[in-house]
Amino acid sequence: MNQSLDSDSASITRRILDALRLDPVLLSLLIILALFGSMVLFSASGSDQGAVIRQLTRILVALLLLVAVANIPLRMLRKISIWLYLGGVGLLFAVMFFGEVGKGAQRWLDLGIIRFQPSEILKLAVPMIVATYLANRVLPVGFKELVVSSGLVLIPVVLIARQPDLGTAILVGSAGFFVLFLAGVRWKIMISLGFLFSAMAPLLWKFALHEYQRKRILTLLDPESDPLGSGYHIIQSKIAIGSGGVYGKGWLNGTQSQLDFIPERSTDFIFSVFGEEFGFFGSVVLLLIYLAIILRGLYIAAHSNENFGRLLAGALSLTFFVYLFVNTGMVAGMLPVVGVPLPLISYGGTSMVTLMMGFGLIMSIRSAKRFLV
Amino acid sequence: MLKREQLKDDFLENRLIRRRLVVAAIFIVILLSLVLGRLYVLQVVEYEHFATLSDSNRIRIKALPPTRGLIFDRHGVVMANNLPTYRLEIVREQVEDLDATLTRLMQYVEYSEQDLKRFKQSIKRRRPFESIPLRLNLNDEEVARLAVNLHKFEGVEINARLTRNYPLGAHAVHALGYVGRIDERDLGEVNEVDYAGSTHIGKLGLEKFYEHELHGTVGVQQVEVNANGRTLRVLNESPPIQGNNLHLTIDSRLQRVAEEAFAQQSGAVVAIDPNNGEILALVSMPIFDPNLFVNGVSYETYNELRDSPSRPLFNRALSGQYPPGSTTKPFYGLAGLETRVNAKDQETYCIGYYQLPNEPRKYRDWKKQGHGLMNLHGAITQSCDVYFYDLAYRLGIDRMAEFMQQFGFGEKTGVDSTGERSGLLPSREWKRRAEGMPWFPGETLITGIGQGALLVTPLQLANSTAAFSLKGTRYQPHLVKSVEKIPDYNRIEIASRVAGQYEILKPKNWEHVHNAMVNVVHGLRGTAYRISQGIQYKVAGKTGTAQVFEVAQDAEYEEEEIAKKLRDHALFVSYAPAEEPRIAVAVIVENGGHGSSVAAPIARRIMDAYLLEKS
Repeated sequence: MNQSLDSDSASITRRILDALRLDPVLLSLLIILALFGSMVLFSASGSDQGAVIRQLTRILVALLLLVAVANIPLRMLRKISIWLYLGGVGLLFAVMFFGEVGKGAQRWLDLGIIRFQPSEILKLAVPMIVATYLANRVLPVGFKELVVSSGLVLIPVVLIARQPDLGTAILVGSAGFFVLFLAGVRWKIMISLGFLFSAMAPLLWKFALHEYQRKRILTLLDPESDPLGSGYHIIQSKIAIGSGGVYGKGWLNGTQSQLDFIPERSTDFIFSVFGEEFGFFGSVVLLLIYLAIILRGLYIAAHSNENFGRLLAGALSLTFFVYLFVNTGMVAGMLPVVGVPLPLISYGGTSMVTLMMGFGLIMSIRSAKRFLV
Repeated sequence: MLKREQLKDDFLENRLIRRRLVVAAIFIVILLSLVLGRLYVLQVVEYEHFATLSDSNRIRIKALPPTRGLIFDRHGVVMANNLPTYRLEIVREQVEDLDATLTRLMQYVEYSEQDLKRFKQSIKRRRPFESIPLRLNLNDEEVARLAVNLHKFEGVEINARLTRNYPLGAHAVHALGYVGRIDERDLGEVNEVDYAGSTHIGKLGLEKFYEHELHGTVGVQQVEVNANGRTLRVLNESPPIQGNNLHLTIDSRLQRVAEEAFAQQSGAVVAIDPNNGEILALVSMPIFDPNLFVNGVSYETYNELRDSPSRPLFNRALSGQYPPGSTTKPFYGLAGLETRVNAKDQETYCIGYYQLPNEPRKYRDWKKQGHGLMNLHGAITQSCDVYFYDLAYRLGIDRMAEFMQQFGFGEKTGVDSTGERSGLLPSREWKRRAEGMPWFPGETLITGIGQGALLVTPLQLANSTAAFSLKGTRYQPHLVKSVEKIPDYNRIEIASRVAGQYEILKPKNWEHVHNAMVNVVHGLRGTAYRISQGIQYKVAGKTGTAQVFEVAQDAEYEEEEIAKKLRDHALFVSYAPAEEPRIAVAVIVENGGHGSSVAAPIARRIMDAYLLEKS
């Protein structure tokens, strides 16, 4: 009796999710992560209920957008990708000329009601346009396709890097690159490009990077060299994480994080609060949840029945990993300090919305196949 | 070789993408393992190390503020140094209830709203273990009272720190500027890391202009402290490097002579060495004590200074813009000769006023009954206005503006200080732009006697006079002679830079005007004859009296009846020795009346002090 009721309710949930074209596995993982994140945020913000409520509101809004995006048919997505891309690049130019300067970088566009970073649009638009372009071509990609796609990726990346916003440039660039990678750019070409890039690194170091970016990389190699500036973040973050030990100091008990030692602790450096309070054990669990999300995304990509879906879902999942890797690597002192948030956990609305919309795309790709069969 | 098959094969493509997805998944697992490995090292292997750092003992990073560079005058007299003063500082991390502590502290020491506001601001910016000053400049009594009770206050410290001090007090304040407490706006202009630990920054004048030289390099100390914040040992230290010293071109003795010569009047004096642009004295009167501003001036004192009708905070020498009056006559005289509009013995009959053809309006001479028949020499010596109305009429405003520009009128001199203004050199073009109006011939006339829209700063006037004395070579005036680089004490001379060069067409023209200017002082009928009593060198000069308000047509002008504020400004420009100038001086006495009686004697005292007295 009870059992049948349970299975009944389970199937009702199932049906609702199907009707909304949502993937139950991915959705539950995302919600678990976001709620878990709000808990960490409560601690990181110094028990600021207001911050947590604002974050929960954002999660809700982002989830609604996810549902909306999941219900756009793939055909339509392919069609709008070109407009999304052109609009995004246009706005980047607009930022260059009319943008607001915040914290020394020109990233924001003020539309009266909301201020937003056009670069966020490109995080989705770039993989979409490249996937649209390559979906109808013969794979593996030939030389011409490679050149065109690289152009599509590099234009916005250069504009964003100039703002300067290295973190977002990396994310947009890798999203576009992953589509190409999945579309089968030959290993030979990738390896030679890798070599070319390393050969050009000294030039990039000298001309492409801002003084403060150079400093951050140097600081990573020797944090003691700049303990008053960027080295401070790394030193304090390492102390916080290290002192967490195997099981952590417990929720709300992190001394480093509670005492303001960690700068940006509710945004980019939230993982050090997490590491201090939940320890190595907690970190393993957290990374496993992330891994599950990524693998689910790759699974959906592998089982899509058209190239556009395969390429886009795969690239978005891989980009999600880049967020995770760059952020945790930075906080653990392995990578230079780059403004990339811990996905779905860091305080802040823009990245939350973009990420959730990305997962909306993945879910749309998944249901496209189901409805076809 | 066969061309690649151009048909799409979904099976093959799907296989390709799936393979790539598997490769990517493998990469992801590897990279995540790297992160986990790193976390394992931090949290498990090195746990003890970090736990120690985090828990009972902490690493504290202390910023060691550098000592600000010293400022000397041209003879090595100290104009700005640093003295130890006591400050009340609080380390927030060690205070349990900050508000309660602040309230309790009030029993022992006074601090103002402003102190509190600033304290709260910096506590937000600075890290929790840094000592943030609440009160600066504690007196002995306050130090004693606090020291006795300090044990009741965790995290409250009395620290001796070096603070900017101006040993000459109010003297030379407008040449030096001053430092003040750093505020939010200042931090936007500098690299915040360099100012960790610094509480003061150049706010005005030289102190601001040369901030990058004076500030020095911040030092860092990494110390291990116990849970109570006591330093256990210093782990690592890189000491701060003192800021560079400045050696000025200013002669503080000359500066003082000029200030004293002013007595209670308002105005400005600038003295320049024409041969290199070195500013020997830069005085704006009245003066105030910059030491007041170093430790945060109280509202009452500040309001009093700000609202005082004599405006002591206003740097007249650089920012004051005045009509130059007749001090422009030598320039226009030279312009007439050089453009061949005028010949040196061409004569004009002065009947006390001048009229444009077909215009009823009378442009009056300062001498009501007129000067009679005048040539250029006489017109400069006796400062005849009618002669210059006529000359201006014939030159036209375009040629006048073009000529004056070559002596630096209407543009900033580029002096190494803050707040300099450009004055105003009116022209047809300017009036159309600024007022959207055409230029009227009458305006040419009044510009010809240095009135109307024409405005100069005292620095500009001195520098143009210096350029005149050198027959057209104009240096960029500067206040710093050399920068003494720390730590090796290398003196880097600031090279004199020629800012402009007017090539005189006929040396005779210049000599003619120059001789007239010598006659202004040494000739029996010269307007500044009275300062030549007992003089031991030759001076070339020109008096000026600038109208502050316009006298109605046909109205009598009674000085006594006019409120002091509306009285004329008195001006005097000069250079000496006339044969081989070593000093050029411009004096402006606000509402002083006549240049001859008020401004010229001040210039004489400065020239005496510079040329005769050995320091």
